[in-house]
Amino acid sequence: MKLKTSVLSLAIALACGGAAAATLRVANQGDALSMDPHSLNESLQLSFTGNVYEPLVGRDKKLGLVPALATTWKQTAPTVWRFELRKGVTFHDGTPFTADDVVFSFRRAAGDGSDMKGYTSSIKEVRAVNPGVVEIETTAPFPILPDVISLVYIMSKKWSEDNKADKPVDRRKGIENAASFRANGTGPFRLKERQPSQKTVLVRNLNHWDKREGNVDEVIFTPIGNDATRVAALLSGEIDVMEPVPLQDVERLKANANLKVMQGPELRTIFLGMDQKRDELLSSSVKGKNPFKDKRVRQAFYQAIDIETIKTRVMRGAATPTGLMIAPGIKGFVPDLNKRLPYDPDAAKKLLADAGYPNGFEVGMNCPNDRYVNDGEICQAVAANLARIGVKVNLQAESKATYFPKILRRDTSFYLLGWTPGTYDSHNPLTSLMATPTDKGQGQFNLGSYSNPKLDELTLKIQSETDQTRRDAMIAEAFKVHQDDVGHIPLHQQALAWAMKKNVDLVQLPDNFMPFRWINVRK
Amino acid sequence: MNAPSAPAGALARFFDSDIGYSFRTSPVAVAAALVAFVCVFSAVFADWVAPHNPFDLATLELSDARLPPAWEVEGKSRYLLGTDDQGRDILSALMYGARISLFVGLASVLVSVIVGVGLGLLAGFVGGKTDAFIMRVCDVMLSFPAILVALLVDGVGRAMFPDAHETLAFAVLIIAISLTGWVQYARTVRGSTMVERNKEYVQAARVIGVAPLRIMARHVLPNVLGPVLVLATIQVASAIIIEATLSFLGVGVPPTQPSLGTLIRVGNDFLFSGEWWITIFPGAMLVMIALSVNLLGDWLRDALNPRLQ
Repeated sequence: MKLKTSVLSLAIALACGGAAAATLRVANQGDALSMDPHSLNESLQLSFTGNVYEPLVGRDKKLGLVPALATTWKQTAPTVWRFELRKGVTFHDGTPFTADDVVFSFRRAAGDGSDMKGYTSSIKEVRAVNPGVVEIETTAPFPILPDVISLVYIMSKKWSEDNKADKPVDRRKGIENAASFRANGTGPFRLKERQPSQKTVLVRNLNHWDKREGNVDEVIFTPIGNDATRVAALLSGEIDVMEPVPLQDVERLKANANLKVMQGPELRTIFLGMDQKRDELLSSSVKGKNPFKDKRVRQAFYQAIDIETIKTRVMRGAATPTGLMIAPGIKGFVPDLNKRLPYDPDAAKKLLADAGYPNGFEVGMNCPNDRYVNDGEICQAVAANLARIGVKVNLQAESKATYFPKILRRDTSFYLLGWTPGTYDSHNPLTSLMATPTDKGQGQFNLGSYSNPKLDELTLKIQSETDQTRRDAMIAEAFKVHQDDVGHIPLHQQALAWAMKKNVDLVQLPDNFMPFRWINVRK
Repeated sequence: MNAPSAPAGALARFFDSDIGYSFRTSPVAVAAALVAFVCVFSAVFADWVAPHNPFDLATLELSDARLPPAWEVEGKSRYLLGTDDQGRDILSALMYGARISLFVGLASVLVSVIVGVGLGLLAGFVGGKTDAFIMRVCDVMLSFPAILVALLVDGVGRAMFPDAHETLAFAVLIIAISLTGWVQYARTVRGSTMVERNKEYVQAARVIGVAPLRIMARHVLPNVLGPVLVLATIQVASAIIIEATLSFLGVGVPPTQPSLGTLIRVGNDFLFSGEWWITIFPGAMLVMIALSVNLLGDWLRDALNPRLQ
C-alpha cells in the first residue's frame, strides 16, 4: 500500500512536470554535528535537521509563525495551551504521527543530555488529550509559548524506542546513538545517507503533507572547511550553493557572471563570555581567585577591544558593532541601550590596575574556527588587543566539533560564542545566556555562569507578562542590569553572505536557516 | 706560511683541500651555499634581524592588516613584504617561520641518522637473522609513503595526548618524520658496512680481541659516514617539505608557532581575493631553502664520489 502511494505520488510529480527534479549540492564551512534534533542548539544543526523533522509550530519566509504539525493552537487557561494536531501525517517509515509522539519528543527535549532545555524550561507537563490533541501546561503564564517551541522538533516515539534512541545524543559526554546517524521525521526531506563530516544526502519526502514548493529532489550536503577550497568548488561548478562566503572573496564571486552573492543582516550576535563562577579560573596565571569576578576586570577587557578596527579589517566592513546582546529585529530591542563602552586602552589599563593587576595576567581563551564568520581571526585580534593592556591570552582556536562539547561542559575561562534567539524574542537570550544556570535549562548557554538575581527575577516576569509596554520596559531594565554588570562582552552582528549559481533561487532567512524545500533550481 | 688563528686556519685548510677546490670551482654550489646561509642566518638570528616580532601581540597593529608589499601603491615601507590578516609583518613571520621549519627539519634528520646508522651498522656487521629482520622492517617502512606515516603518527599522538598537544607537537612531528627517514640511512650504512666488515683492518681488530661494539663505533663507522653526510643534506630539504606539508594540512606545528607550511596555509585562503603576498612569499622561502640545500647535497655527493674525481 505504502509502496503504491509513493509510486503514485512519484508518477504525479513526474506527470506535473512543471518543476523538473533537481539535485542541489550545498557546502558549508562545517558539518551538522549530529542528525539528532535535540542534541545541539546550534543554527546549522537545527536548520539542517529542520528539513527532516518538524516542530508543532513552524516559521514562514518572514519568520512569522505558521502551522506545521499543529494546525491550530490557543490558550485555554493562563498556563495551558491546546494544540490541534495535523491529521494524516506519517513519519518517513510510515508510522502515523500522533499525540504520543509529541509527548515523547518534549520529554526527550527536556531530558538528560538534551541541549534544547532552554526551550522547554518553562514547561510543566505535555499531555495527550486524545490522539489528535495535546495540551502543554507551563509553570507560569507563558504568552509566547508558540514562539519558544518552534525549534523543538518532533520525533517518532516508536522509532526512537525501537532504535534505543529515546535519549538525546550527548556530545559533551561523547554519547552517540542511532539518532545521530539515522533519522525518521515527518519533514519534506528524508535522510538517505549520512557520512559525518563528509557527506549527507537528503531526498524529497513524496508523502509530505504540505503543498510542494521548490523543485529540489535531492540535496547533497558537504562540509568544506577550507575557505579557498569552498570558493574553488563553487567556481568550478562542483557545488551549487555555499555559505558562508569568505569575506575576502565576496567581490570576486560577485564579479563572476555565473554566480550571485546574497548578503543580508543576520540576527546573530557575536560576544565574549567569561567564567564568573569558579573561585579559581581553569586556565590562568592568577591563582586562588577569579579575576573575572571583579567587574573592573570585565570592563577593562571590554574597553580594550578595538571593535571598529575589527569591523574594518577582520570583517571587511561586513559587521555591525553592538552594545547589546541582541540584534535589531529581535522583539524587545532597545535602540537607546545599543551603545558600546568606548574603546580606551588607557582606561582599561587603569581599571586593571585598580583591580590589582597592574601588570595584567594570563588567561586561556577558547574559540571556534569554523563556526562564525572569521571567528578565529576575531579571537586573534582580541588577543592582540588585550596584549596592549598586559593581558596575555593563550588562544586555543579549534573546530566546532571539539569546541562545542568543551565549552558546553564549561571547561573554559574565556570564550567566544554567537547567538541567534531561536524565538526572535529578547526573552530567549535573557533566559538562555544571561540568567543564572539551573538544571531545568535556564542559563543553559550562560557558560560563564554570570549571575544577578535582579535579572533572574525580571526574566521570570517577562516570561509571563502579556502587556507589551510593561514587557518592553522590563526587557530594557534587564538588559541595562546586564550591561552595567558587563556580564558578557558583546562584539557585533555579522552579515550573512551566501553564494550560489545564478539559476538557484532561494530564501535567505535572517537567522541563517536554509530550508531546502523552498529552493528552486531553474534549468 | 704564517700561522693564522685556528678557525681561519680550518677555513683555509678547507679551501685548500680537494673538496674546497671542488666547491670554489662550482658556481652552483657557491650560490646555493650563499642562499642557504642567508636563510639559515636570518632564521637563527630572527630575534635580532627581523624588523618586527610577529608573536608579540602587543606590537601588532590590526589597522595595518593585509597591506601589500612596500613597492605596491598601498604598501608601507615599514612592511617590506606586506602584512597578513592580523597585521603581522610577512618578512618577520618568514624569518621566525623558517626557524621553526629548519629546527624541525634538522632535528628529524638527526634522529633519523642516529637510528638509521645504528641499525644499519648492526645489520651489516652482525648479519644473519638480525640483518634479515632489520632489512624486512626497512622494506615494510619503504612501502608506505612518508607523508602517510607522518599523518598516522601525528594522529595517534594527538589522540594519546589531547591536552598536551601544544607542548608535545614538536616531538610528535619530529618522530613522525624520522620514522620513515631512518630507512635510507640504514640501507646505505648496511651496504657499506658489509664491504668494510671483511677488510683487513677489521679482521685485525677482531683478532686482537676488540669488542664488536667498539669495532663498529671506532673502526667501521668513520669509514661509512661519507654517503650518510650526502644523504643527510638532501634529507634536510625533504624533511622540511614534509613538515610544511603536514603544517599545511593543519596537523603539524601548533598554530601559535607558525612554520612556513602554516603560513602558506593561512595565506592560501586569500589567494582568490588577490592578496597574493600572504602565501607567495612563504612559498618562495620554502622553495629557496629546499632548493639550496638540495643543490648543496648534490654537489657534496659529486665531490665525495671517488669515481667522479
